[in-house]
Amino acid sequence: MSEHKDYSGAKIGMWLFLFTEFMLFGGLFILYSAYRTLHPADFHRASGELSAALGGANTVILLTSSLFMACSLTAIQKGRKGASMLLVALTASCGALFLAVKGFEWASKFHHGIYPGGPGLLQRPPGEVLFFGLYYVMTGLHGLHVLAGTILLCVMLALLARERIRQDDCVKLENSGLYWHLVDVIWIFLLPLFYLAA
Amino acid sequence: MEREQGHVVEYAVLLRVWAALLVLTALLLAASRLSPALAVLALLTLTPLKAWLVLYFFMHLRYEGLLLKGMVLTALSTLLVFIGMLFLDIGFR
Repeated sequence: MSEHKDYSGAKIGMWLFLFTEFMLFGGLFILYSAYRTLHPADFHRASGELSAALGGANTVILLTSSLFMACSLTAIQKGRKGASMLLVALTASCGALFLAVKGFEWASKFHHGIYPGGPGLLQRPPGEVLFFGLYYVMTGLHGLHVLAGTILLCVMLALLARERIRQDDCVKLENSGLYWHLVDVIWIFLLPLFYLAA
Repeated sequence: MEREQGHVVEYAVLLRVWAALLVLTALLLAASRLSPALAVLALLTLTPLKAWLVLYFFMHLRYEGLLLKGMVLTALSTLLVFIGMLFLDIGFR
């Protein structure tokens, strides 16, 4: 008797989980929209302090990682295990690079006292405090997702190496890819809302 | 027994989608420097377009059946209704 596998069920289950992620971030986007409507000038000013160049660089990193991820699935579907493993490793590396840029960005803001409850932030108008509060919550939650995704990809790398993910059974890699791409989609919305609102 | 498998998307297709995403990002960055009105317009058009490209090609939605497409549409429409309700609230208070 062979092990029971349900390809469609596995994928639908993953999508249902992704819907809860849509709603999690969707709620925060709604909060952002409400406060931006109430404090347009403060949001405009505060956004000008974020580096569009760094935001853009991180966008290129994540979009490229998504390309690697999608290609790794194509590779394993074509039976090319080595190429697939290399592409998953490249995807995870892009995730680490993204987090490094993000950390650098956060550190420079912390340095100026701009963090929740920080001295540099509390003397500012309420709209700017809200902007940076949302900035830390939303990019922080997104960063946690990138971290989780990067760890997940390392697990997938091990599963590929042990042939637990194969050409004829690769739904685990496909679902990990769905998660990774969703994290990319969320960043696509975060970029203009925070970095380009000035 | 042959196992059920997903659609194989060719590398060339994925590369073209990636290139399109980079071009759209460059346009978005350029628009946000030109004028505030253009920045908002770009936010409302280019951003969803980029998200759609990722969902449709990278996440294989294009090759899925009606059930999954319908599920995604339902989830996103629900979110849009919430966003619409928010702006009705803010706009008419």
